[in-house]
Amino acid sequence: MKVLGVDVGSTTVKAAVIDGEKILYTSYLRHYAKVKETVIAELNKLKEMFGDEFSVAFTGSAGMGLAQRSDVPFVQEVQAAFIALKKYYPSADVAVELGGEDAKIIFITGGTEQRMNGSCAGGTGAFIDQMASLLDLSVEEMDEYALRAQKTYPIASRCGVFAKSDIQPLINQGASKEDISASIFQAVVDQTVAGLAQGRKIKGNVVFLGGPLHFFKALGKAFRGTLKLGDEQAIFPENAPCFMSIGAALYAKTLKPQKLGDVIKRVEKARAGDGIVKGKPLFSSKEEYEEFLARHSAAAPAEEDATSYVGDCYIGIDSGSTTSKMVAITPDRKLLYKSYTENNGKPLDIVIEKLKHFYSLCGDRVKVRGCAVTGYGEELIRSAVCADFGIVETVAHFKAALYFRPDVDFIIDIGGQDIKCFKIKNGAIDSIMLNEACSSGCGSFIQTFAKAMGMKIDEFAKLGLFAASPVELGSRCTVFMNSSVKQAQKEGMSREDISAGLSSSIVKNAIYKVIRAKSPDELGNNIVVQGGTFLNDAVLRAFEIETGKQVIRPSIAGLMGAFGAALYALDNAKEKSSMIDRKSLEEFSYTSKSAVCNGCTSHCNINIVSFNNSRKYISGNKCERGAGMKPSDNDLNIYAYKQKRLLECIRGGGTRGKVGLPMQLLMYEQLPLWAGFFESLGFEVLTVRSSRELYFKGQHTVASDTVCYPAKLIHGHVESLLDLGADFIFLPCESYNLDEKASTNHYNCPVVAYYPELLKANNDRLGDNFVKPYIDLNHRANAVKVLFGALKKFGVKEHEIKKALGRGFEMLEKYHADVKAKAIEISERAEKENKRIIVLAGRPYHLDPEINHGIDKLLTSLGVAVLSEDAVYDRSDPVKVNVLNQWTYHSRLYRAADFVSRHKNIDLVQLVSFGCGLDAITADEVRSILEKNGKLYTQIKIDEINNLGVVKIRLRSMLAALEESR
Amino acid sequence: MKKFCDYTDKYPVWKKGMKKTYKILVPNMLPHHFDLLETALRKQGYDIEILSNDSRRVIDEGLKHVHNDTCYPCLCVVGQYIDALKSGKYDVSKTALLITQTGGGCRASNYLSLVRKALAVEFPQVPILSLNFSGLEKHNSLPMPMKLFVLLAYCILYGDTIMWCYNQVKPYEATEGEADRTREKMLEYVRRAINENKYKRYEEINENIIKSFALVKRTGEKKIKVGIVGEIYVKYSTLGNNNLEKMLLSEGCEPVVPTLMDFILYTVLGKVNDARMYGTGKATGFVYKVVYDKIRKMQKVIAELLSKYGFNPIHDMEHLRACADKVINQGVKMGEGWLIPAEMAALYECGVPNIVCAQPFGCLPNHIVGKGTIRTLKKMHEDINIVAIDYDPSSSGVNQENRIKLMLSAARLNDRLGSAS
Repeated sequence: MKVLGVDVGSTTVKAAVIDGEKILYTSYLRHYAKVKETVIAELNKLKEMFGDEFSVAFTGSAGMGLAQRSDVPFVQEVQAAFIALKKYYPSADVAVELGGEDAKIIFITGGTEQRMNGSCAGGTGAFIDQMASLLDLSVEEMDEYALRAQKTYPIASRCGVFAKSDIQPLINQGASKEDISASIFQAVVDQTVAGLAQGRKIKGNVVFLGGPLHFFKALGKAFRGTLKLGDEQAIFPENAPCFMSIGAALYAKTLKPQKLGDVIKRVEKARAGDGIVKGKPLFSSKEEYEEFLARHSAAAPAEEDATSYVGDCYIGIDSGSTTSKMVAITPDRKLLYKSYTENNGKPLDIVIEKLKHFYSLCGDRVKVRGCAVTGYGEELIRSAVCADFGIVETVAHFKAALYFRPDVDFIIDIGGQDIKCFKIKNGAIDSIMLNEACSSGCGSFIQTFAKAMGMKIDEFAKLGLFAASPVELGSRCTVFMNSSVKQAQKEGMSREDISAGLSSSIVKNAIYKVIRAKSPDELGNNIVVQGGTFLNDAVLRAFEIETGKQVIRPSIAGLMGAFGAALYALDNAKEKSSMIDRKSLEEFSYTSKSAVCNGCTSHCNINIVSFNNSRKYISGNKCERGAGMKPSDNDLNIYAYKQKRLLECIRGGGTRGKVGLPMQLLMYEQLPLWAGFFESLGFEVLTVRSSRELYFKGQHTVASDTVCYPAKLIHGHVESLLDLGADFIFLPCESYNLDEKASTNHYNCPVVAYYPELLKANNDRLGDNFVKPYIDLNHRANAVKVLFGALKKFGVKEHEIKKALGRGFEMLEKYHADVKAKAIEISERAEKENKRIIVLAGRPYHLDPEINHGIDKLLTSLGVAVLSEDAVYDRSDPVKVNVLNQWTYHSRLYRAADFVSRHKNIDLVQLVSFGCGLDAITADEVRSILEKNGKLYTQIKIDEINNLGVVKIRLRSMLAALEESR
Repeated sequence: MKKFCDYTDKYPVWKKGMKKTYKILVPNMLPHHFDLLETALRKQGYDIEILSNDSRRVIDEGLKHVHNDTCYPCLCVVGQYIDALKSGKYDVSKTALLITQTGGGCRASNYLSLVRKALAVEFPQVPILSLNFSGLEKHNSLPMPMKLFVLLAYCILYGDTIMWCYNQVKPYEATEGEADRTREKMLEYVRRAINENKYKRYEEINENIIKSFALVKRTGEKKIKVGIVGEIYVKYSTLGNNNLEKMLLSEGCEPVVPTLMDFILYTVLGKVNDARMYGTGKATGFVYKVVYDKIRKMQKVIAELLSKYGFNPIHDMEHLRACADKVINQGVKMGEGWLIPAEMAALYECGVPNIVCAQPFGCLPNHIVGKGTIRTLKKMHEDINIVAIDYDPSSSGVNQENRIKLMLSAARLNDRLGSAS
């Protein structure tokens, strides 16, 4: 009897027919969101070929709903793979399967276990598709490119959005497509190995399944390299893409046969699902739309014809993450030239091409008197074309908005990658809100999506204008949105409804995630919207509906950065512009190569772009040293001081054995205490430095991929300390932190308090050699008892412990006192030198350079002095806040905010770890304290992404705003 | 006394006279228990109403009013409040809200402040009350006289009995809907007992509940049992977990949901353990231990009656503690802490190896006590079958369902293997 398995996935339909032992037929088809039609066509074909009598089972994520609604037996896809593996690869130890949206892993030997990726890591095949379109390559090309790569860059592998934030700057910096392609595949591998295997080693005979692993040779290669598999151990089956359908067919052997014709009929009749939430239409009538268009056509600048104009001009260039914009204006602010071009991974080439085009239009009639560059690629473009000015994006956008609306009080810009909003008060920027990594890429998402549907972006957006019931697609991030879109497609929603749904999702993301507006009044009365994404009428309409406000969208909404830059060049032009002339432009050429900077232990991957006139542009470096400049001033940086001072707590030596102290989370602040404690007892204290490599070392023991980066890093510390020969590792569990008598309670956060439990449970190398006593340090007598219980196996006596703990506390108090004294010294010097001070406030463990990615140095290079929250909090009174003030570290944040509020030249930047749930609460409260005192609030989210591009824009914007308000 | 710099915003305070004129809204966290809680508080003279609104608008309002990185339960609760206040069903100048607070080291203790912030913009006149036993919000707490405290304990215990029996009967009922009818009848029975002041007839009431469920005709077929553990809100609330129990029922499973009193006793033990481990608050620890012993005895009565009528008994708290000790230290006391791995281990020992561990996306304690303990549990029991599911306003239902189905297919396979050998 024949059996049939149909695997309906997020992007493809796969079928297999088996008769007895023989596989008669397999197929692999893309369904382009037409799930039902594709399945029915395939079933009809099979009926023609093999007759009507079959046992049938469906599998796959889209097969699930379809099977249910058409009453066909269903087998979960991992289960299906498992059945097929047992039959065809009985010697397999592990199977890895990557699909369109899910990643799965099946451990067969040593305890069967089947795993799927968590909600956050969604998007593997889809992720590769998206990255390829970002590089303007087909996926096949990307595969070929990757095979020719010479190096890989570290790319955040947790999710597509994060990876994109890492990749975009690489593209802008001119890293080669070969290397980026290989890095993308490597990121997929890292994600699977770390996020999915979570502690279980992938070893033995490994079978690789699913479309992407079958089609992309570079991906297979990366897996083999990472897992160190020999040729025999890595198995890539011929039928890998349709393996699950074979499994489903095998599963069907246990089922009763039925008429395929009946199955087809039931599938045809299957109703759409009810799991979709729908909204209201954007426009109810053509008239309404026309009224809307008329209203928005008003805001347009006057234009001048470049082919006949004679006179001066000013050029503004906005080199964005996905597009480059260029504008030329006349002295009376008329628009002479404009261009809006997609980068396609070559931002510099685009700008040069457009400049040439502009010159060719104007001939020698026009003289360039000034040029300003803004955006992500500012520095690269600026050094390439010798522009006069480089300005911060926010300044450019504000300038442009003023042109259209002199009384503007709120500006929102939705570009490809970022959403930026700023409030204007008294003619100056009052607060700036930028999206965090997690919600980035919304603008370009809609574009990539349109491309995938084979449509132009404006064509696609128009579809949504009159959609009857826009789909609700959620607003957390594009990965979640992508999976919601897929679900909507499967449920048979129209492209119109999806288009409209996407537009309103982007808007909701901006309003509720970035602006966090509770009522429309917070947005002010004179709103200017800009950015390429707002050229889309559906997005604009969704914004007006959601906020209930009428806004101004300039006709050049996509060019506002460039326009503002041109206005800036006009206002600030010097005698003579430094920009390269027409002749040098014709001769212009450049080469780019990557290298590793050996200036310090960070070993940054840097990119060197050499121009034909022997100038160079270096990027990717975290500090000035990489770019060949003088390092920043460490004397005014408390982070630099603390880093040095902390390590001085370890004297070295000891005869009783080696104790490893993992330097993260709570150990960062308590190092003086525990180093003093153990050295006083006669142990040798070992610590290691954090680094990205160290993180990778422990990545396989990370149990939860949404936990914060500091916690993930500590896994690497444990591994390294064991490698260094630590006899035991010490990390206490502390529900309570030290009571600083300024808050309702003095807890640690749950992760800081109990992470040692997780470390122990997920690392096989830890057993009796991991000491994690439960201590409350506020009760010293009890702490002595507990420590004695935990350490007596090493032969220490209780009286020794008592003494040692006393010594530890002395060291801790001395450390705190020194830090506070240094802070006063820095404040005084800064005041004398008339320098601004920024309190870079976070947690003690944000001191780790691998966590803060050198933001402190970035600040000092921008000419400000840097303090930290723990150095200043007790120079203010305890505060009462709106939330339950019950965590010690967070209580310091509130007090630091209060301290800052009392000083004119001191401001605060809050560092927040991605995934820190408590900071969702503290951030709003710190912000409210600062804003009540008329201070600017700036937050920087940090994670494993170590690209400082966005951070730099953010800090420069803040400093520019501070300067202006001065 | 240090000087404090006060940054608190003004908010409406609960005043004595309000009890007579105000309606108090409560979000629905547990369907069975909150029904009884409503009756109990009404009896004290409070005009209580449990909210049942659960449309998409609830989630949208939540998204609007709380920080997106705040956990999902907070978003649901705030959304439910605001949606209700906007519905026009209530006189907002005479409405207050009530929310529970544990005072633990997790974010959940801050829900009250977050609700207050959310209200500040559109409903600045609506006061919010705290229901807690930790001395928080002294001026804005529901007064908790001993009598009410005891009554609430009874409500929870009866709610547990009803829930526990219902879950064991519903999957097997011979006549569609009979389990639900019995549940309604039993809730009404307990409500009457509360109103007539007969709620202390503890054994009699429990026995009647259990007997009534035992009388429901059942088919006797064999079904896969699936335990539900996790963060307290998404574990119990249908709004929070996309109707997880219903989904499991439709998949032909028997959901096994540990009782609410286990969670209460877990928080009570927090103080007992603190005294034991850190030598702090010894007097409080002693009092809490007395309370613990007393309630545990009451739980035992339920367990014995359940066995008598052929049901599986509820967990014994001391057994849960012993289970916890094999996996994690009882010092882990934030959020649901050691209770989650303890319940997973206990479920396994009681013949329920298949478990959904539910948590809000990015839940802090659950990194450690949920996902973080699965490996240890796997090492102890090779065939324990746990799936961790994240709940979030934006993650798609298909995503959750597919993962639960994977767990179920493994469950069925293990079941077949088990019965074959």
